[in-house]
Amino acid sequence: MLPPANMDMKSMANALASRKIMTIGEGGSALAFTALALVSIVVAAKAYTPEFAFHAYLFAAASIAAVFAIINRYYERPVEAPPQTIDGKPNYNMGPVKFASVAAVCWGIAGFTVGLYIACELAFPFLNLDLPWITFGRLRPLHTSAVIFAFGGNVLIATSLYVVQRTCRARLAGGIAPWFVVLGYNFFIVIAGTGYLLGITQSKEYAEPEWYADLFLTVVWVVYFLVFLATIMRRTEPHIYVANWFYLAFILTIAVLHLGNNAAVPVSLFSPKSYIVWSGVQDAMVQWWYGHNAVGFFLTAGFLAIMYYFIPKRCDRPVYSYRLSIIHFWALIFLYIWAGPHHLHYTALPDWAQTLGMTFSIMLWMPSWGGMINGIMTLSGAWDKLRTDPVLRMMVVSVAFYGMSTFEGPMMSVKIVNSLSHYTDWTIGHVHSGALGWVGYISFGALYCLVPWLWNRPLYSLKLVNWHFWISTIGIVLYISAMWVSGILQGLMWRAYTSLGFLEYSFVETVEAMHPFYVIRAMGGLLFLIGALLMAWNLWKTVNSAVSIAPAGLKLAPAE
Amino acid sequence: MSLWSRHAILEKNSIILVIGILIVISIGGLVEIVPLFYLKNTIEKVDGVRPYTPLELAGRNIYVREGCYLCHSQMIRPLRDEVERYGHYSLAAESMYDRPFQWGSKRTGPDLARVGGKYSDTWHQDHLREPRSVVPGSVMPNYSWLADTDLDFTHIAQDLKVQALLGVPYTDEMIASAATDVVTQATNDSPDGADLAKRYPKVNARDFDGNPVRITEADALIAYLQMLGTQVDFKLYDDKANIR
Repeated sequence: MLPPANMDMKSMANALASRKIMTIGEGGSALAFTALALVSIVVAAKAYTPEFAFHAYLFAAASIAAVFAIINRYYERPVEAPPQTIDGKPNYNMGPVKFASVAAVCWGIAGFTVGLYIACELAFPFLNLDLPWITFGRLRPLHTSAVIFAFGGNVLIATSLYVVQRTCRARLAGGIAPWFVVLGYNFFIVIAGTGYLLGITQSKEYAEPEWYADLFLTVVWVVYFLVFLATIMRRTEPHIYVANWFYLAFILTIAVLHLGNNAAVPVSLFSPKSYIVWSGVQDAMVQWWYGHNAVGFFLTAGFLAIMYYFIPKRCDRPVYSYRLSIIHFWALIFLYIWAGPHHLHYTALPDWAQTLGMTFSIMLWMPSWGGMINGIMTLSGAWDKLRTDPVLRMMVVSVAFYGMSTFEGPMMSVKIVNSLSHYTDWTIGHVHSGALGWVGYISFGALYCLVPWLWNRPLYSLKLVNWHFWISTIGIVLYISAMWVSGILQGLMWRAYTSLGFLEYSFVETVEAMHPFYVIRAMGGLLFLIGALLMAWNLWKTVNSAVSIAPAGLKLAPAE
Repeated sequence: MSLWSRHAILEKNSIILVIGILIVISIGGLVEIVPLFYLKNTIEKVDGVRPYTPLELAGRNIYVREGCYLCHSQMIRPLRDEVERYGHYSLAAESMYDRPFQWGSKRTGPDLARVGGKYSDTWHQDHLREPRSVVPGSVMPNYSWLADTDLDFTHIAQDLKVQALLGVPYTDEMIASAATDVVTQATNDSPDGADLAKRYPKVNARDFDGNPVRITEADALIAYLQMLGTQVDFKLYDDKANIR
């Protein structure tokens, strides 16, 4: 066959010289996914329960889709791997970052909606509708996992893969590996979430997914760690930026916690059920070592990394104190790990462990506030921007919420306070002042920065951000104050005695007393959800805007 | 060279930074978790705590599946009001066969650590079907389908086998008779009741869900609830001997 007339001899020679070869990553992944598809089909055929068969089919379908995607990508891609730099500037790989950003917004809306629904279920129990899969007990893990791991996790993956490239001035390591991380992680979320609705759970709070989902997540997480670390190793900057220390601590510690807390033996390869290797008091200690550090490393260290990159970037000021960030980092990751037993005060856990947990929780107040000061004082010389930039305001208020909940936490970990607050809504309020105020707002702020940067479009409307900020803030205030009142009220009612020395209230009287606060809480949640919907609309209009601006990277001034 | 500038070593070498992080985050967990496995006073010495019967275990798995632990704790703290409301404070020994533990973290509903024997089976049947029919102010969902769903215990022996592997003292005999033990325990006046009671002392064996024709998920769940916190005889328990 004759070559087309316009094809010159040189490119034809090139095409012949460098024939397209499948990389080890492409070939190996395609083979691995083929094997997974086959195993999944066998498991589906012999599964003990229809729910497990459904999950096995999902695994099979996803694996087959992955094989097709890999082969398709191979045929579509140019012969050469993408260049590391173009015109001396790093050729950043932002595709996976974009995907995770969009996923974060979608999961956020879903997670907040489920949260609102279960808040309404507690106020009006008929909303359980006698349907097994939407009872409070099944939806509550769906809510917590959707907001923490689906929303928060995608924000962390998106920002970490963005920040590590920018601060190392290097392209993301791996060809399909970063895509495996974002797609695999979101597939894990789908398995976990549908599992809860179908009643597949191992009942370890914030670690509910069963053994097969845990195994899959382990693989995804190891690849995430390797991509992140390999990108750092390729850096063209001599120093590893502080945000990356926090991201690294988050990724490593979550891996350790995940493996320790989910050590389980499945009943069979064909059963979704497994039994944990720890039991009773040891299991309780391992669970809250995990549980509190899911807060400490997932919801704190990871989001502190966001603070250390996005706040300085947004207000165009350097981080307040380099030395404070060193102290902040090491003290925080050292002390956090000890805090778990404060979830087990006055339980059958030995007293020495409880006392250690309380002591370290109180000490933890210091690095937490050190970090808060470092974040807020970064605005030195740029305070005026709080008036004009609602995105920056959102992030600064987020750090203020961080300061508030990291004061409240150590206080609640004092045993005498805990004897009142434990088992009540006060804990729920505390968690939400951290989750909505700190994690939510720093994430929203990061997304408002990230989406315009990634799509090279100006943010559609700052006015809408302002509306988002105020509506959500009122929502948070309603939420946490309702929970303070109901929590303290409930704690006091449980321990109230009559003048004759009898318990004054039956349990159900304390439940009935909660009703008005549950309604107020649901209203707070509704406002928070409305704010997030405004954000989704704003970001949607941003991405679809016709106006294009120069990529942020081109505006960098050279250091002279 | 000040200490601050030495930190540059960590900032310039990613592997050293990774190792540093791993060391720093390991210490707290090791100190708090490892001793719980070898300090003998972690779990009290008490008589009466036995592994769950296959029916109770199946019921416990339903308790886990439905997320009951999200609203009900199983851990009575040694505080005056709790001991008066719920009974003797919980011992570590009472949950030593619990995989995973069900201590809970929130009391939207009351603690269940000693709910066993507190209410009749009929009360539980009504309460699970429609909690507000017996407790008007309750916010608990209706679990009406439990009494209509046959308990799946085809593979229950395998559950016992895995637990035995992990250290729960299930004997080969217990594993071999697991499926028949489910039927025996859920039947009124079963001829095999004596054998069952030999394997599992103080076992409640009867038709729990008020429907003798079927063995339902309600049978299993009520059997589990009715044994909670009843194993240790606190008239004989010497709390001074177990001061920790």
